Amino acid sequence: MTRISGLSVLLSLLLLPCAVTPAAAAVPPPPFAYRQIEDPAREAAAQELMETLRCLTCQSQSIADSDAPMAGSMRHEVRTRIAAGEDPEAIRNWLIRRYGDYVSYSPPVGAATWPLYAGPLVLLLLAGMLLRHRLGKRS
Amino acid sequence: MIAELGLAALWLAAALALLQLAAGVLALRAGSSGTGATLAALVRPVAILQGLLVSFAFLMLMWLFARTDLSVALVAANSHSDKPVIFKLAGTWGNHEGSMLLWISVMALAGGLIGWAERRLPESTLLATLAAQAFVGLGFYAFLLFSSNPFARLAQPVAEGMGLNPLLQDIGLALHPPTLYFGYVGLSVAFSFAVGALVTRQVGPDFARAMRPWVLGAWIFLTLGITAGSYWAYYELGWGGWWFWDPVENASLMPWLAATALLHSVSVLASRDALRAWTIMLCVVAFSMSMLGTFLVRSGILTSVHAFAVDPERGTFILALLALNVGGALLLFILRAQTVTEGERFAVTSREGALVVNNVLLSAILGIVLLGTLYPILTDALGFRVSVGPPYFNPVGAIFVMPMLAVMAVGPLLRWRRDSLERIQKPLVFLAVLVLSAVILSLMVGYSGILPLLGMGLAAGLVIGSFLPLRGRNLLRVPLNVWGMVVSHFGIAVALFGMSSEAAWSVEKLAALDTGSQTQVGPWSVVLTDVRPRAGPNWTAIEGTMLARYEDTAPVEAAPQSRTFWSPVQQTTESALVTRWNGQLYAVIGSQGDDDRWQVRLWWKPFVTFIWYGGILIGLGGLLALIGRLIGDLKRRHATRRIADRAAAA
Repeated sequence: MTRISGLSVLLSLLLLPCAVTPAAAAVPPPPFAYRQIEDPAREAAAQELMETLRCLTCQSQSIADSDAPMAGSMRHEVRTRIAAGEDPEAIRNWLIRRYGDYVSYSPPVGAATWPLYAGPLVLLLLAGMLLRHRLGKRS
Repeated sequence: MIAELGLAALWLAAALALLQLAAGVLALRAGSSGTGATLAALVRPVAILQGLLVSFAFLMLMWLFARTDLSVALVAANSHSDKPVIFKLAGTWGNHEGSMLLWISVMALAGGLIGWAERRLPESTLLATLAAQAFVGLGFYAFLLFSSNPFARLAQPVAEGMGLNPLLQDIGLALHPPTLYFGYVGLSVAFSFAVGALVTRQVGPDFARAMRPWVLGAWIFLTLGITAGSYWAYYELGWGGWWFWDPVENASLMPWLAATALLHSVSVLASRDALRAWTIMLCVVAFSMSMLGTFLVRSGILTSVHAFAVDPERGTFILALLALNVGGALLLFILRAQTVTEGERFAVTSREGALVVNNVLLSAILGIVLLGTLYPILTDALGFRVSVGPPYFNPVGAIFVMPMLAVMAVGPLLRWRRDSLERIQKPLVFLAVLVLSAVILSLMVGYSGILPLLGMGLAAGLVIGSFLPLRGRNLLRVPLNVWGMVVSHFGIAVALFGMSSEAAWSVEKLAALDTGSQTQVGPWSVVLTDVRPRAGPNWTAIEGTMLARYEDTAPVEAAPQSRTFWSPVQQTTESALVTRWNGQLYAVIGSQGDDDRWQVRLWWKPFVTFIWYGGILIGLGGLLALIGRLIGDLKRRHATRRIADRAAAA
């Protein structure tokens, strides 16, 4: 049983953050894991990107919300690249190439994800039809 | 001995549930003749006894946890003798078996309460309702007795228990699961009422009035449970986030959305005898969402499909129960579709019309949350993994949430049956101006995204709009349930303002500090004065002492901790919160760097507390409505009795 599935058994009804064990925390985190970029505009861009990237070792948190060592290294990576002037979407794509679609919380429209976007459209149509049906004939 | 007593009570309760089901069904078939009447007379007392017995079983389990009886497998796996008593007790439901026992206890108690107190429904509908409840209950009894016995003994008692996850050792979280379970169970009662009314073809205002307190109660518990859970995540996880669109959170949000829709459609059915089929449908949906939530949380499927595949017994069982109950109810619904007529008619521009729009939009929001929650599980089963998170839920959800909130402000101003927008033209223009000025005002403060901006505007409109139904009325004579609506809608506005403000205006500061050095976050200046070790009953900690000063006011002390628990071994952050009327300072202390400086994380979150004040107000509104309805019911019961007495005397 891995640590995380062990947790989920214990879990009652809420999400649990990453289990941070002292052993994991013993390795010092890279500098930009817990330091901001000087330029506030760039830090804001980094923050916005980090909030949409998944911490791969956590249950359901972005790398902006996690104490897990891996989230720390990813924050360092993101901040270093943004500070160097790289485009946020380019960094996202680089991470997706490395870790797969799973790392990005905003699923790109593609072969695997189109139902996510078609679904709301269908719902919109259904809602419209239902309202017409329920209300239309009464006016 | 205690464990065996509990198990015996559980078996007996299960047998009584079977009796309740059989007696109920047979009595309905036999009609009101001799045997039918005898069997019918059994159902109410059996329901009460069943509730008492299974609650007794639950109390026995609590006792085992209180004593830390390590010969019981469940206690050994989830408790520890060093734990504070309150968390030993909370450990009873902080695990799979215990929480299922809590579910069935509350459900059986609810059945007992119906058997004891319900007098409005035709007796046949009541019998069918209690039989349906026994049927749903039997599934859970089978689950507990055959696959998750909470009272199982270990062949060899262990020397020490495994402990409870430190993150769950928090008073807020100790109370959070039962709160949500009460909500889930309340919806199961609504489901039983719907099945009962379908069986006897009595879908009408009486049914709606009998069911309404249960839906209201469930909704209050869900509201408070979600609010508390969100606050827990906010202060315990240490990064200032308050909603993560985590599947487990969604599992509690989906029943709430369904219950909110149901609440409004039940009101229409109770007062106007309209929306019959729709209300029944929502009862079924609301209960399916409760069961789906239980399935998601309990099956392990969220960790990964593979974790679920390794130990599929529990998940499969819950899924089978879900399919059986919901499938059965839908089948019954189809069979009865001809006889459940549509009910009273109404115009588009009317109170009912607005409520229908609200219902359809709520259902669409529910659909999106459901899709976004299940889709990653589905793709995982097909062999590829995607993540669906805030960048999906927020904008896509907003497409439906924003118009719903607009309708929410206008709907209560409309009259029942038929109305015109011209009649309420003045308040409409007033609200539009309000929304627009709020948008312009927050643009002047600074633009940070379209959603917070729209949220700010709608919140401003709703804050005033929620009170407009009271205008021109004698406030002392306004019924409690109308006050309830006003307070709940006002709560939504307050929460929406908090969310928008937090999203738009939060400031973050990560700093590495020596003791004695200072940093700035928004209007706050913070000095780290001291760092020292601390010890608790089952943890040690590093505690930072900070002096935080808001602009030129007197400094306030904040003491965040970084705790290390030893059973099981885990680190947690205990954030320190400094609350002002206009927001919170959120402080976290991390580890010490190579240069001996301490990692400190600080946030200034303007008006963030309004999110949870709003949640509490929403729940409070529900409570007012519930009290109002119950008082009304009691008065009516008293009046009918008096009329009956007078008729008897004459």
